[in-house]
Amino acid sequence: MNILSLIKAAAVAALVVPGAAPTPAGKLNVVATTPDLAAIAREIGGDAVDVKALAKPTEDPHFVDAKPSHVVTLNRADVLIEGGAELEMGWLPPLLETARNAKIAAGAPGLVVGSQGIRMLEIPTSFDRAKGDVHSLGNPHFLTDPLNAKILAANIAEHLSQVDPKSAALYAANLKKFNATIDAKMAEWQKLLAPFKGAKIVTYHKDFPYLAERFGLNIVENLEPKPGIAPSPAHVAAVITLMQAQKVHVILVQPFQNRKTAETVARQTGAVVVDVSQQPGTYKNTDTYAALMDNLIGSLANALKEGK
Amino acid sequence: MRMFSVVAATAATVVLSGIPLGAQQSADSTARRQQAAIDSLAAATRSLQARVDSLEHAPPPAPAPTRTSGAYMNVSFVGLTDFAWSSKADIGSLQAGGHEPKVRGFSIPNAELALDGAVDPYLKAFANIVYQLDAKGETNVELEEAYFITTSLPANLQLKLGQYFAEFGRGNNQHPHAWAFADAPLVATRLLGSDGLRSQGARLSWLLPTPFYAEAMVSVMNSAGATTASFRADESGSIHGGVPIDRAVSGAGDMLYIPRVTASFDLNDTQTLLLGASGAFGPNNSGPRARTSIYGADLYWKWKSPTASAGFPFVAVQSEYMLRNYDAARRYSVENATAVLPSETLRDNGAYAQVSWGIKPRIIAGLRGEFVDGDPAAFVVLDRQHRTRVSPNLTWFPTEFSKFRLQYNHDDRRGLGADHTLLVQFEFLLGAHAAHKF
Repeated sequence: MNILSLIKAAAVAALVVPGAAPTPAGKLNVVATTPDLAAIAREIGGDAVDVKALAKPTEDPHFVDAKPSHVVTLNRADVLIEGGAELEMGWLPPLLETARNAKIAAGAPGLVVGSQGIRMLEIPTSFDRAKGDVHSLGNPHFLTDPLNAKILAANIAEHLSQVDPKSAALYAANLKKFNATIDAKMAEWQKLLAPFKGAKIVTYHKDFPYLAERFGLNIVENLEPKPGIAPSPAHVAAVITLMQAQKVHVILVQPFQNRKTAETVARQTGAVVVDVSQQPGTYKNTDTYAALMDNLIGSLANALKEGK
Repeated sequence: MRMFSVVAATAATVVLSGIPLGAQQSADSTARRQQAAIDSLAAATRSLQARVDSLEHAPPPAPAPTRTSGAYMNVSFVGLTDFAWSSKADIGSLQAGGHEPKVRGFSIPNAELALDGAVDPYLKAFANIVYQLDAKGETNVELEEAYFITTSLPANLQLKLGQYFAEFGRGNNQHPHAWAFADAPLVATRLLGSDGLRSQGARLSWLLPTPFYAEAMVSVMNSAGATTASFRADESGSIHGGVPIDRAVSGAGDMLYIPRVTASFDLNDTQTLLLGASGAFGPNNSGPRARTSIYGADLYWKWKSPTASAGFPFVAVQSEYMLRNYDAARRYSVENATAVLPSETLRDNGAYAQVSWGIKPRIIAGLRGEFVDGDPAAFVVLDRQHRTRVSPNLTWFPTEFSKFRLQYNHDDRRGLGADHTLLVQFEFLLGAHAAHKF
């Protein structure tokens, strides 16, 4: 019968083709949805884990393709780290459904929800899409506040220890190291941005409120009129007027955002467009979280200095 | 806030205690006291600053419980309104699909209420209830899909059970709001059915332990009903030209079997290829032992820019080929109740290929070309005639939650000539954010 022969063929194929991509012996398979989560997981997991990120550093974390290869990656994961707060809602659920991996199901120790324990900003008081694509659980771009990175690191360490108790001491030690690095760096970053307390900036998307809150910056406007809504000519004109009136000199843009709009506004206002990324690995030598923040805060401080 | 109140209280105490003293004692000692008060204030401020700093740099507290998901169930409602005009007044004769306009003017061919969520730690469920307005404005309600899937069977297996669109090819189990065109491909409406191949059944799927994505699955379904058009459907006369018999289920052979294998490869960082092969095997009701076999091959290729904004720009190519062998038994003709049609195998095939180009955020241009054909038989039915169609379209998504589409169809049906159809679509999505499958 046709069906039986097809099933047999599939079974034979499964035996003949080489097995799954080898995981380095004994290492925990950790999958993170985005490179920033992956970078922190690498620091906490050290040699005991093998970390893969699903999204590329230059990819908009809201719009990752649910590629079938991600199904395979998730199927073989021991631990999944997601940002949470609906960041990945447009692409992760169908992948998880096909991946059928109980180890990373909701509630399992293998699932780390990044937003867990974070004091979320911009939690809407009402759910109304007339206000744009608002996330009901708050703004999901929380890792630009280094103290949130510490909360996430602790969260990851706890889950890794639950899944892999024999390396718990390593994870605890790495967490301590990570916290020490961030504390030391935090002093540097605060010093770098200290002269710009209250500085007014414009960002493309609502993706930097956590950075602004931590370092006392003032994001006066976004190029998107509402989250996820493309900049309209009327809104761009209003932003230009506002920037001129308030003397705003800096526009932050991420690689996947429309730089042309930012350039138009910059031309009209004499502001500078600052290319920044929230994802490690977008630019050279930004593979760790601290290196990424060095780059981000350094670029921002330089631009603010020029604007002064 | 607390720091300010402490400082304010200290300052107030200093000032209050300072006034009476200042009145009685020499200016010299007042200055000393004031200096002491300032020093103690400064010390208090320093210690407070130190506390703030230590709090900022302290190891973060154990994660507090944060709400990380919204509700037990996702609820969404998709409403589709079409405006159609065609060289044929009876647009339904051209647009065979179940979610397509049938009349000149406006129509609501698809409004669906979708519910999904986790049933418990072991099951997820999905239900889709479709409302349609017919040409007379009457509402039809249909339980289009209602099924559950398992989440944690061993050995990479997964079971699906209920009423669902069979996994045959790429398009069959996509809902209209996920289509790149305003209508279903001709080959799908003709070989699988106007509303696709859909029935009650169970599907077992196995994710293969290969380094690339490969999945094998098989569905066992009931073979009767309007949504199993090539099998025991009451309307099968439109395929075989005869009077269908009332054929009961007498054994496992009377069920419908739908195997599928699919595999995907990332060609590089920006390109992905997805290939599939499907079959559908079951009884048909032209005679007591008649059977139908459908074979399908499908391909999907997508390129997406490494710095895509909201998923744009991209280029996607999708193509499907299907072949159906329909064993028509000796049967009475529908046309002439005394005439008997001979036993014969009716062979039909068809294919479509479409390209979608996401030019810039939320604007997609599409082009689809297709054909369907049937071998000559002892009778003639419209549903087996050679036909080609070419459809360019343009889609604009103002946001992720709404869509405008303009499409032109150039039809050429053998013996009937060319027809021209213009389709305008508007669609909205209320409620839960739909996740995009690949």
